[in-house]
Amino acid sequence: MVDTKVKLCGITLTNPVIPASGTFGYGEEFAKLYDLNLLGTFSFKGTTLKPRFGNLSPRIAEGKNGILNAVGLQNPGIDQVIKVELPKMKKFFKKPVMANVSGFSIDEYVSVVKKLNKCPQVGWIEINISCPNVHGGGMAFGTDAKNAALVTKSVKKVSKKPIIVKLSPNVTNIVEIAKACEKAGADGLSLINTILGMRIDLKKRSPILKNTFGGYSGDAVFPIALRMVYQVAHAVKIPVIGMGGVSSAEDVIEMMLAGATAVEIGSANLVDPYASYKIIKDLPRVMSHYKIKALKEIIGGCK
Amino acid sequence: MPNMKEVILSIKENHPLTSDVYRLVLTGKHIDTMHPGQFVNLKIPGCYLRRPISICDMNKNQLTLIYKVVGKGTDKLSKLRGEINVLTNLGNGYNLAHAKKHNLLIGGGVGIPPLYFLAKELKKQKKDVTVILGFNKKNELFYVDEFKKLGVKVIVTTLDGSVGVKGLVTDAMKKLRYDYVYACGPIPMLKAVYTLAKVGEYSLEERMGCGFGACMGCTIKTEEGAKRVCKDGPVFLGKEIIW
Repeated sequence: MVDTKVKLCGITLTNPVIPASGTFGYGEEFAKLYDLNLLGTFSFKGTTLKPRFGNLSPRIAEGKNGILNAVGLQNPGIDQVIKVELPKMKKFFKKPVMANVSGFSIDEYVSVVKKLNKCPQVGWIEINISCPNVHGGGMAFGTDAKNAALVTKSVKKVSKKPIIVKLSPNVTNIVEIAKACEKAGADGLSLINTILGMRIDLKKRSPILKNTFGGYSGDAVFPIALRMVYQVAHAVKIPVIGMGGVSSAEDVIEMMLAGATAVEIGSANLVDPYASYKIIKDLPRVMSHYKIKALKEIIGGCK
Repeated sequence: MPNMKEVILSIKENHPLTSDVYRLVLTGKHIDTMHPGQFVNLKIPGCYLRRPISICDMNKNQLTLIYKVVGKGTDKLSKLRGEINVLTNLGNGYNLAHAKKHNLLIGGGVGIPPLYFLAKELKKQKKDVTVILGFNKKNELFYVDEFKKLGVKVIVTTLDGSVGVKGLVTDAMKKLRYDYVYACGPIPMLKAVYTLAKVGEYSLEERMGCGFGACMGCTIKTEEGAKRVCKDGPVFLGKEIIW
């Protein structure tokens, strides 16, 4: 028997696989396909203080081995999430869930975190300071070390749950920002969010996305994500969740060798709704193949 | 309604009906019964995202899809043989219970295929069905005879007048008596149809990420708030849509 357990900010996960925010909704669509309690946990759709429609369509474009999205944080707002989505989720998901939070001001992040304090279902709060698809917030906090630290410090002050700060790859020096968040009290870090990109329609000679730019993710970004996870994990002492183009059990192990304590699965869920399930089912086989007895022992094990 | 399901199906036929419109016939056991207006999402080797295609017909263990080659993905699809990974049972289709005495089905170009399945099912329920099939010109016609074989009244329109009524589908609508409309086609066509008919159900198209409601990639604003074309649609009541 192989041991897939890992500990993330004081909470034990039966395995390190976590479907990523924005690719898993509030779990409902996937719960019809398989028992979500097989997952380590999942990070639900990025939630803001007020409801948001997001960007106008087209919001999706394709790249070679990846997807470009400019959804723009569509969500029903925190009150509706607490009133409707969490009670619905309770019926099919018995483990602590990860709440993904976005905001346009420090006050907004703080207000949402305060509301989440009262939700026993929520195990961790993932603070998204890296959404590339909204203007005047999100990534603006994540591309500057001082602002990233300020958000972290402000939410840490009020939060009763572990705070995991989700970092943007669209920066000059991700290590500097990671360190600033650690110093400001972050309990963990997750990375990478999507990489800013665009596509142009050749017939129309105009951007495919209404928002012009979008966030690129999927298989194509895996080596970039892995490099950043490796750099950050070597620079900080808090746990790091690796994500970006992960689509197989081998990728999960590679991320963990780079230093990830847990691994989020994003775009893969969109092209194969069973992706996270298949990865978990395949983990013991791949672990045996590489003679890994316990996953926690390989974290940061890249020589 | 049965849940979305991932199935591997055999490609029985993948042939052109016109210069760029293809018919894809897929076979396999365990194909769930789907409804007119629903769609499937195809995994095409070499493409990251799946391609959503509406259902043109279904029989026991067989699924017929009609698609137009519009880009690299559909071009690759047109050359595909052997097997294909398909997500079935996606979206909400047309509501057959809404059918009235005289039902008018209106399709434009590759918006036509789902109406074939709908016409077939409405005929099974002994409903009166008239179909308007809109094309640009004669060499783009497909499935006209297939519709006729269902025993429905078929009116063809072409923009250049090379076959049937010259003009738009709305030009043919004006002379008809109908109590309900089911339509699929480009947005400007749907809008023109709804403006005239003021009733009915309309199938919308949008760039999709997942096709099953997870990514919020295809959300539109409706009279009843934000809705996902893939999961809440693709068929919407005309009065729901913000035209």
